[in-house]
Amino acid sequence: MTDIPFDARAHYVEMTRRKRMYGGIMLAVFVALMVSGFMLADARNAGGFWAGLPNIFGFPADVIADTAPKVDQLPGHLVTYFPALTETLNIAAASTIIGAALGFILSLLSTRGMARWPRLIPVFRRIMDVMRAVPEIVIALILIFVLGGGPVPAMIAIAFHTSGALGKLFSEVNENADLKPIEGLASVGATWGQRMWLGVVPQVAPNYFSYALLRFEINIRASAILGFVGAGGIGYELKNAMSWGQGRFDEAAAIFILLFLTIVVFDQISSHVRNRLAHEGAH
Amino acid sequence: MTDATAYAQADRLFGRKKLFSWGLPAVVLTYLVYVAFAFHILTPDMFGIPSNIPDRDRLKFDVQNGRTLVADMVSYKTHVTRDNRSGELGVAIEGERKGAYPDGIVPDWVDAQGETTVIDLGAGHIVTFLPGNALTYEVPGYGTIRGQIEGRTVVTNIPEDDVPDWINLSSTRMAITTDEGRLSLTRNKTEVFNYFPGWELFWFTLDSPYSGHGVFDILFGDQIDPARGNIEGAWHDFWENPMWRHVDVAWALFETVLMAFLGTFGAAIVALPVAFLAAKNFSPLMPVRFALRRVFDFLRGVDALIWTILLSRAFGPGPMTGALAILFTDTGSFGKMFSEALENVDQKQIDGVVSTGASTVQRYRFGVIPQVTPVLLSQVLYFLESNTRSATIIGAITGGGIGLLLTQAMITQKDWEEVTYYIILIVIVVMLMDSLSGWLRRKLIKGE
Repeated sequence: MTDIPFDARAHYVEMTRRKRMYGGIMLAVFVALMVSGFMLADARNAGGFWAGLPNIFGFPADVIADTAPKVDQLPGHLVTYFPALTETLNIAAASTIIGAALGFILSLLSTRGMARWPRLIPVFRRIMDVMRAVPEIVIALILIFVLGGGPVPAMIAIAFHTSGALGKLFSEVNENADLKPIEGLASVGATWGQRMWLGVVPQVAPNYFSYALLRFEINIRASAILGFVGAGGIGYELKNAMSWGQGRFDEAAAIFILLFLTIVVFDQISSHVRNRLAHEGAH
Repeated sequence: MTDATAYAQADRLFGRKKLFSWGLPAVVLTYLVYVAFAFHILTPDMFGIPSNIPDRDRLKFDVQNGRTLVADMVSYKTHVTRDNRSGELGVAIEGERKGAYPDGIVPDWVDAQGETTVIDLGAGHIVTFLPGNALTYEVPGYGTIRGQIEGRTVVTNIPEDDVPDWINLSSTRMAITTDEGRLSLTRNKTEVFNYFPGWELFWFTLDSPYSGHGVFDILFGDQIDPARGNIEGAWHDFWENPMWRHVDVAWALFETVLMAFLGTFGAAIVALPVAFLAAKNFSPLMPVRFALRRVFDFLRGVDALIWTILLSRAFGPGPMTGALAILFTDTGSFGKMFSEALENVDQKQIDGVVSTGASTVQRYRFGVIPQVTPVLLSQVLYFLESNTRSATIIGAITGGGIGLLLTQAMITQKDWEEVTYYIILIVIVVMLMDSLSGWLRRKLIKGE
């Protein structure tokens, strides 16, 4: 390099320009990807986007047209499908509980300072990664083949995924926990189980609960969608109601309403509780 | 405060804690027991209380299906079939036309000479097809089983009063299942299944000239197909393999990722400007904010399942429908999350920009966007990974992507090796998307 006096202003302008250029290039690549992706998806779709766009309100209109004359039967349908809704909620709740319990154990086993077998930490982390990556539908469909249709395959499938997902979040919580109580307990000869239950759990419980609640919200949706592929609950009833075909969409309308209200209500409750927990934690 | 009251207070506090630490697990356990009964995992008759739960609602473990599933995941079978009317012999992997051996070629464990065919199943099990629709099966430790079709019935030398449980015998059918394979004899055909470990014809089907050649042979060996170069030809035959359809699988995976990509980023693009109108500190009118928040709740509440059903009626099956379903749901989620992030921006930075005489656009560009970009971007990238999984499920419903292939393979109830293959690929793709989104987060947000 020759001896040029350092020009701060020119340097700054140059840097900004380069930054802008990179930003611009990235934006252009992104836009190109979105547009070409959209065109590709459109081409591979059975019906085109622009051709289908006018029909987007066709189905809701059909459903409303079918339901309107029989609106007096709607409360009856809501009552009829309530047990199926309960099943969906039970699947979601049970799988969240089981998944949280397994996730808790996995998270302890994969957190430094708490692990029962510190050498196996990477192994348990990998296990959680794989558990998280398996979509629920895969396990559900295989289990349906072996166990038959019904809520149990869905419950196991969602619990499996949930343990991986919560395990990761829990272990992040564990990492922020204070290790002193554990050392204290160890000094008085507590077993690993006692150290975890008495030393870790009280510290992390509020955060765990908050994450589990969020997961419960997600799992309600998941259990509804798994029902649609044959695993019981309201999704299964929805599939049947849809197959009645045009003219008999009033039952589907009842299920739509039930599902919508359930999701909204549980979303609101859970976000309210989580906000309160976060607030208490801040004090 | 006297000691007594202090003790009483402490006792109460401990009492409450004890109640909570025992009560909560008890409640959870009670609930799980209730669920076990509700799902018929446990039934009252297990405890001696009569119940009238119909059989189809009971939980049952289908051992046969389970065994088929596991066996098919890790092994395949080759069918040797004789048509008992024409006497024609065929050898086909999994009994499929795509896996058939070309005419006149048989695997080395089959020895066809005229009307007699000797099949060596291994471990001393030898099946011989004889003229006149007859056969013998030498089972070590049992003896030689003879069977023949006479007229319409199956005649065998198995003593009728002493049929072993691995033989299924009726007047029209003889079926023998051993560890080495299976044999069935009916009026129409004689069939032997021989089991092998692994996935059949994963690289090349039998009609490809490259079948049976190793990697080394293809890369460095002599030209196998005179019409094509080795690498080019082998790639073509592998990629277009009619049994595994690698090219279709790759496309399906790509479609799934495409759905997630378009849905997630599409939703982010739609949600960003709207989120400004729904944020307390940017919204021009409170009613607008209120209305938009309800719209977000609605979009989220309807859920991807219903959006998928609704949209596939308008757009038909395919990746576009799946992408739009994700887009609709996530616009709701992003709208809510973005507007909350915007409500948390630091006003000081905006004031600073305003004090330099910035215009409205500049105020947003330099005062707001730099503050929220990292938060928003990391949320969007988290969703990208989870939507890849959702896209698999949505694909199974709308009929697009790897989800469709997965359900198709499962419906046949016999292509479990393909199901395994798809599952492995899905897990790899989801984990790749996870690392990609993590890498992008680090790169774009922390600037590493």
